[in-house]
Amino acid sequence: MTVPPASGPGTDPPVGQQVAEPEPDVLTVAPVAGGEVVADSLGEYLRGWWARIKGGDSGVLPILAGLVIIVVIFQSQQSVFLSSGNIVNLLTQAAVFVLLGLAEIFALVLSEIDLSTGYVAGVGAMIIAELLASPNNWPWWGAVVVGLAVTAAIGALQGTLITRLKLPSFIVTLAGLLGWQGVLIWLADVDKAAVGGVVRVSDPVVYNLVNGTMSPVAGWVTLVVVVGLYAAVTLGRSVRRRRHGLTTPPLSITIATIALVAAVGIALVAICNVNRGALVVLQGVPWVVPFVVAVVVAWSWLLAKTRTGRYMYAIGANPEAARRAGINVARVRTFGFLMCSLTAGLAGLVYESRLGSIATDIDGGTLVLYAVAAAVIGGASLFGGRGKPVHALLGGVVIAAVYNGLGLLGVTAAGQDMATALVLLAAVTVDSLVRRRGSTA
Amino acid sequence: MVGDGAVGDGAVGDGAVGDGVVGNGAAPPLLALREVSKSFGAVRALDRVDLDVPAGQVTALVGDNGAGKSSLIKTVAGLWSPDAGHIRWNGRTVVLRSPKDAEKLGITTIYQDLALCDNLDIVQNMFLGHEPRRFGVLDEAAMELASRNTLRELAVTSVRSIRQPVASLSGGQRQSVAVAKAVMARAQLVIMDEPTAALGVSQTQQVLDLIARLSTQGVAVLMISHNLNDVFEVADRIAVLHLGRMVATGPAADLDRQSVVELMTTGTRAVRGG
Repeated sequence: MTVPPASGPGTDPPVGQQVAEPEPDVLTVAPVAGGEVVADSLGEYLRGWWARIKGGDSGVLPILAGLVIIVVIFQSQQSVFLSSGNIVNLLTQAAVFVLLGLAEIFALVLSEIDLSTGYVAGVGAMIIAELLASPNNWPWWGAVVVGLAVTAAIGALQGTLITRLKLPSFIVTLAGLLGWQGVLIWLADVDKAAVGGVVRVSDPVVYNLVNGTMSPVAGWVTLVVVVGLYAAVTLGRSVRRRRHGLTTPPLSITIATIALVAAVGIALVAICNVNRGALVVLQGVPWVVPFVVAVVVAWSWLLAKTRTGRYMYAIGANPEAARRAGINVARVRTFGFLMCSLTAGLAGLVYESRLGSIATDIDGGTLVLYAVAAAVIGGASLFGGRGKPVHALLGGVVIAAVYNGLGLLGVTAAGQDMATALVLLAAVTVDSLVRRRGSTA
Repeated sequence: MVGDGAVGDGAVGDGAVGDGVVGNGAAPPLLALREVSKSFGAVRALDRVDLDVPAGQVTALVGDNGAGKSSLIKTVAGLWSPDAGHIRWNGRTVVLRSPKDAEKLGITTIYQDLALCDNLDIVQNMFLGHEPRRFGVLDEAAMELASRNTLRELAVTSVRSIRQPVASLSGGQRQSVAVAKAVMARAQLVIMDEPTAALGVSQTQQVLDLIARLSTQGVAVLMISHNLNDVFEVADRIAVLHLGRMVATGPAADLDRQSVVELMTTGTRAVRGG
């Protein structure tokens, strides 16, 4: 009737904005001092890391371990596997898988799937090739921009159908899988430059994306610049965050990560700079390597540092929560499908560059399965909300390594497919187990 | 908040617990419903409901299943408009056409599902949809500092790291994050739907403490609960719905468990001096 009754221990009389007396902390099962644990010490960081693994976020370590095992097995069976020539070959093989996997990351993060990426890549590649060929003879940049714009528009169209008409992405993109193959064949039919459904790519810039190499010196310079920038950015962020007293991995971990990146980069450039030609000198990093790395970095930035990227993860995990948070769910999802198809267009560019041509018999159906496999093997989740571009990078390399290695061992295509299937199953099993553990934590 | 918990304490609950209309004192309550009705076909979900929710106090909304509790909070949350009656916010009549309207006023509703994204960490969840940016890039430092301060103000100290994914939190901690998210959004009224359902004993206690702390900071809390233990522990005021009608509102001190149960089940209670 008068003052709010002190009917329980929790109802203190109002004391303005301050909570004067220390509150009894009832539930702390394992109270760690303060809400702001700054992981200063290595031990604390490792404990947190272990907690994250138990919480369902295993990071890239399993896939790195798997890659090392695959490399050791193949190298022990066939010493050519780690030769300079084969590693460069493997990297160029991996580029298409990585880019297609990267495309699929956008769909998977949104808890969707895109089955059309293989043929969208084909359509983009065909348009680029036809614009480059006579009688069009476009400059390379014009052809590439138009080809990628068309793939982006395809993604926007599919995304709009999925989000506005609320159609399942599986069906819409399955229709895309069929329909864009038809468009691809039609494009080759109406074009005079296509001979038997094949358009050659003779433009030097597009052709050299995969087949051309940087000079050895340029390779080293690029590496130094890239690693230097990476180190400056990560160290700078670490120091800044530490100064503000924010959660920061220990400096030793940051430095170790930079050292690992530098070591991998040095090994890569050193291997690529070995002369792998039999008759003429052939050395240097293929242009496609920095190209793929640049795409991975750019898309990582988009997903990790922008609102749109953050919203993609939120929608993938809990679309209702995202909607209530005021996020325009339909627009973000449409954008995700746009990015997916655009990245598929980049994969198509690399594909035709590698072969020096694009043909209507491109197996877009199988390619899209590799794309999903690459993303999932790398650590993206089919259940949505989890997956990073680096996962597609690692997954694509694993798939290429398996195919390349089995090919070197003389295993038939049948055996290669079966082996890839086993790797995929193993990866999905890990994903599922980790997820189950995460949800019960 | 002006006047904190002392808002019209003298005026509220003029003894007429059974009728529930509160006398208009000097300062109007933060939220006031007057004669609010809502029907779904032949079903009268809310029948001329009056309710006052003062700032800095915890108002518990109790009632049996189908009494209209959810209909009432959905009306206040802006999910639908009432058929009749009006809603006053700080004494001013407002029309809530959408949840956005309610949010703009400072009304945040925490539903039982909490609307958290399991894959995002605490900071990311607390700022979802309102992320500050610097040069177009997410300002993680600002978000982390603000989240930490809010959690500290609410004395939520049990989380190991605010950078851990919400999936790894306990039920009580998740509830705490949802509340902190509301505070972060500068909510003046936090509506909580069964905040302690599905929680264990110690976690329930944690959430009740949090609710109490919220009200001491000047925030009005409107809490739906089935659990009368929780209601009597934390509520300053109790409002009882029965078949869409508000059968009693008043300070918790004026009511006892027995009469609340009677009001919830029959809509009336044995006459007594009050």
